[in-house]
Amino acid sequence: MTDFVNFALYHAWLIPALPFLAFVLIVFGLRRHEKAAAATAISLTGISFLLALGVAGAVFSRPELVEKPLVYSARWFSMAGLSVEMGCLIDGTSAMMLFVVTLISTLVMIYSTGYMHGDEGFTRFFAYLSLFAASMLGLVIATNFLQLFVFWELVGLCSYLLIGYYYYKVSAREAAKKAFMTTRVGDFGLLVGIVLIQTFLGTMDFVELSGKLPAFAKEAPVLLTTIGFLVFIGPIGKSGQFPLHVWLPDAMEGPSPVSALIHAATMVVAGVYLVARAFTMFSVAPEAQHFVAYLGGFTAFFAASIALTQREMKRILAYSTISQLGYMIMALGVGSLTASMFHLMTHAYFKALMFLAAGSALHALHGKADIFEMGGLYRKMPWTAAFMVIGAIAIAGIPPFAGFWSKDEILVMTKLHGFTGLYYLASVTAFMTAFYMFRMVFTAFFGKENPENHPHESPVSMLVPMGVLAVLSVVGGLVGAPFVAKGFGYWVRYGAYHHPEFHADVAGISVLLALLGIALAWTIYGAKKVAAKDLAAKAGFLYTLSYNKYYIDELFQWINRVFADGTGKILYWVDLYIVDGIVNGLARLTAFAGERFRYVQNGQVQHYALVFFASVVFIILLSGLLGVTTAGVQSGGVAG
Amino acid sequence: MNFSPIAIALLAPIVGAMLLIFIPKDERRLIRWIAAFSMGIALLLSLAAYFMYDFVKGGFQYTISIPWVKELGITLALGADGLSLPMLLLTNLIGFSAIFASWNIDKRTKEFFILLLLLIAGVMGTFVSLDLFVFFLFYEVVVIPIYIMVIIWGSSKRVTKEYAGMKLTIYLLIGSAFLLVGLVALYLNAYPAGQRTFLMSALAQASFSESFQIYCFALLAFGFGSLLSMFPFHSWSPDGYAGAPTAVSMIHAGVLKKIGGYGLLRIGVLTLPLGAKFWAPVIALLAVGNVAYAGFIALAQKDLKYVVGYSSVSHMGYVLIGLAAMNVIGVNGAVANMFAHGVMSALFFAMIGWVYERTHTRWIPDLGGLGHQMPRVATGMLLAGMAGLGLPGLVSFVPEFTIFIGSFAAYPVLAVLAIAGVVITALYTLRVLANVLFGPRRAEFDDLQDIKGPEMVPLVVLGAVLILAGMFPWYLMDMVNAGVQPIVDTVLAKVSQMTALGGGVK
Amino acid sequence: MTIGLEHYLAVGAMLFCIGLYGVLTKRNAVAVLMGIELMLNSVNINLVAFNRFVAPADFVGQLFAVFVIVVAAAEVAVGLALVISIYRLRDSIHVDDLNLLKW
Repeated sequence: MTDFVNFALYHAWLIPALPFLAFVLIVFGLRRHEKAAAATAISLTGISFLLALGVAGAVFSRPELVEKPLVYSARWFSMAGLSVEMGCLIDGTSAMMLFVVTLISTLVMIYSTGYMHGDEGFTRFFAYLSLFAASMLGLVIATNFLQLFVFWELVGLCSYLLIGYYYYKVSAREAAKKAFMTTRVGDFGLLVGIVLIQTFLGTMDFVELSGKLPAFAKEAPVLLTTIGFLVFIGPIGKSGQFPLHVWLPDAMEGPSPVSALIHAATMVVAGVYLVARAFTMFSVAPEAQHFVAYLGGFTAFFAASIALTQREMKRILAYSTISQLGYMIMALGVGSLTASMFHLMTHAYFKALMFLAAGSALHALHGKADIFEMGGLYRKMPWTAAFMVIGAIAIAGIPPFAGFWSKDEILVMTKLHGFTGLYYLASVTAFMTAFYMFRMVFTAFFGKENPENHPHESPVSMLVPMGVLAVLSVVGGLVGAPFVAKGFGYWVRYGAYHHPEFHADVAGISVLLALLGIALAWTIYGAKKVAAKDLAAKAGFLYTLSYNKYYIDELFQWINRVFADGTGKILYWVDLYIVDGIVNGLARLTAFAGERFRYVQNGQVQHYALVFFASVVFIILLSGLLGVTTAGVQSGGVAG
Repeated sequence: MNFSPIAIALLAPIVGAMLLIFIPKDERRLIRWIAAFSMGIALLLSLAAYFMYDFVKGGFQYTISIPWVKELGITLALGADGLSLPMLLLTNLIGFSAIFASWNIDKRTKEFFILLLLLIAGVMGTFVSLDLFVFFLFYEVVVIPIYIMVIIWGSSKRVTKEYAGMKLTIYLLIGSAFLLVGLVALYLNAYPAGQRTFLMSALAQASFSESFQIYCFALLAFGFGSLLSMFPFHSWSPDGYAGAPTAVSMIHAGVLKKIGGYGLLRIGVLTLPLGAKFWAPVIALLAVGNVAYAGFIALAQKDLKYVVGYSSVSHMGYVLIGLAAMNVIGVNGAVANMFAHGVMSALFFAMIGWVYERTHTRWIPDLGGLGHQMPRVATGMLLAGMAGLGLPGLVSFVPEFTIFIGSFAAYPVLAVLAIAGVVITALYTLRVLANVLFGPRRAEFDDLQDIKGPEMVPLVVLGAVLILAGMFPWYLMDMVNAGVQPIVDTVLAKVSQMTALGGGVK
Repeated sequence: MTIGLEHYLAVGAMLFCIGLYGVLTKRNAVAVLMGIELMLNSVNINLVAFNRFVAPADFVGQLFAVFVIVVAAAEVAVGLALVISIYRLRDSIHVDDLNLLKW
């Protein structure tokens, strides 16, 4: 056992390498063998999961790793003044992430064997999933900013490919493009930030940086804050923070397993993870950190307010993801790495569960997405409905489900660190979360059945992964509960260990708000005591604003059309008629001059002779003149 | 004389072309295979030269030196260092692929392949010659086949192929005219009569006055810069690529352009460091012009080849700003990026060639959903496009990142503007990929065949390089560094020495 | 006064100018040829004069003059032949009419 644990610790690079191997095998050999491709992907990712367990075990057996991470790396490329390495950095945080990512990846792959059954691109799908798992795991174990950025972009590529998986659908194609483009804007900031870090601090290595940063913060606080802001632009794009969140709801065009794996549990938390990895930097740049906190809190509230009025099941989940990511970012901003990572973990369980359950429902309804066209699904799909309810309770924050413990910790930390305003905002968001989640549950899974639908329960291959996640959504939060000694916070933390405290007031209020939200949802959508339409009419302007997502998409489209395309058209005109115009103009001038000067060639020999003789005379005179001048200069030189 | 793989690699296409002269013109299969075979030999030899390079020894290796015109100091000197080997390898990779990309040419097959082989040999020669005169000679050899090939085998769209061919040739010639003046000035000013030589190594050791350096570098920068499509001397590039046949576009965008960057570094910066230092800020400014200006224009294009043409202009901005940074990191990045851009633009042009050959259109609104019928072409385009927008794991990320680091140290504001270029690049690349490859299936393309057999070679060869060089960048970066480090060290030493000694020697 | 080099040169120059005038202004091709002859002869005078006053020992000047005379004879022969053949073809030896080689 110890042997395996040690092996896993020192061969952690195998964890991303194995799914990559699966990708290569599928692309170059198993493209026509569906079963073999799925088996390869699942088994190799499964082995990665076992190795991740081994790494976690290693961290448990060596508590010193939490404060002094184990780092080993190899040269990627280098030259005088710039050296980049690729390697593994193992500490509590990365071990936790490895566990979560490999677990969810394996489960989603198993689920996909059922969900994607019969799809013509079955093996392509598994190849992409494997590549994604490899990239995400490479990101998790990154030892430096550039390695992180490399895999950061690769998960972006996989996300692009998977959102656009149904590439023949125009909506999927556009969504994929939008996702790549929007995150690219964020990557620009991150890249500039990384360039600044390398230039001014001379290294991109996380461990070295945490040594250098405190001194640097005293020397150049403004510069550091700038770097902090720039680096944070990356997570704004990747983790769907306002205003670059627009791609995430559209990303639901991808198959549901993709939404569960990438756009709920793993890739979108890469931004959160990046901020966690750069936590030293933010902890010494308070302005940047406060910005992180407030933007996270605002996004949480903002996205929840949009989720209230959406009609498509996966879009509601997507906005809820944005909102929950806002919580995680806010937790980092208020200075609690533990709370953020804890919520990241529990959110991965219950949000993956909900997306898979949503996928199960959509699978049964052949892609019908509007929740108001569903209804009463629990009769035909009891398991799916049960899983969705478990997920909804977990995200609403009812004890003892997983979401309660992590959300409670975020709220406690926000309040304790003096961000009272954010605390209230987050509490209101918790209320809204409970409301919109149960709005969806009551509308889609309970109430009257829609006679047009003929749903059926999903196969075992889909139910088993959901079952595992459901169990984790129920009990997964207990590892960080206040009554556990040396719980989650002991292993995943920044700085000294603080035992989580239980604040009856915070917990009480949040549970009360959540119950209130559920009750309200029941009144409107379950019991139908109040008509939803009347409410919408009363809210009027606000409802329209929320339903249209505050018109942010339109704003970006406008910028894209007017600024980018407009500039392109203007410059193209300049290029054609001015730059190239000058070139063609010169050519035309030459032709024109030839046209005029050819008349000099008039065929009269005597003319030529005259010109010839005149030229000779001119040259003689000129050389005479020049000779005089030279002599003059020389004599002048002598005289001087 | 010792065995020199680069000399034989240089001879292989020339011998192939001479052989082709004696093949009857109807033997198309034989003609193609002879061309492919001779380029295969050249490719293998250049691969061998690349991987047998002795890093410990460094400097120029595989050298050959035959006195040619002693009175003028002209020597037929060949050799390769860390700067020329990647370029040599690139030439052969693209040349080899270009042969297969022209596999289906039926019009005057024999003449086409003879000219193509001569073109490749000419480009290769410029990268391995150590003598300025021989360098220039090879450079001029390149011009003739290009002109003929564009005029005969080109395609007329927005501009006629005749116009494109003329523009390409005249621009090349104007550039080379300025170059010639600069080179002759270098030759005359370096040493007194009797000791004059065209050997680059000797010229690099000569000392020139600062004012001479400034005006001579301006001549060279104009000549090489217009070859590298430096803004605003770039307008030949999109039109030229659009008119040229696939193979010429591949070679022109892939390697021929790179002679500009190569010459600017090897001749301009190395021999005239003060001139380079004087003009560097101007070049950096124009480079940002390249990146942003051409990037925005690429957004407005509807013809596939124009998109890639303008994107190529835009990418050359990164090369220029890296060179203008004049530090080890920036110059390393610039040279590596020339390699990277070569591979990916050649792949892109090859794929566009297949699309055009089958659909007879390059007009983006007329295309769509080609991923259904031609998944292999789609893969190639996706790879090239992703490399174009600098995706890590593909060849161009590491060079671009290196350029950003290097140029930020010299010109922070311009560097940030250049980095912003990655957003524009992503925008037009993703648009093209989405509109051409994805979307609903179109019935009119249903009977199109995907590439197969020899047609796969460009995709396999260039795609493999794209991925492998991206995953294992040290193979490229170490080689480039072996060439760049000594050059930059020399240049910096010269600059500090001259500024320390003379201050303002005018 | 003694006749010196300058006098010979002056005669040569005058002869040359007369010849040139003839070449540039006469419309008749034969007259143009005659003008050319005058110019050649002026050169001969210069050559001989230089030989006499600058380097009387060797006969390079005279030699050159003989060469010029020979070439001039040949030239006149070819030139007149051309004029005759042009006359046969175009019924004119007016140089204004002989402008086929224009733009």
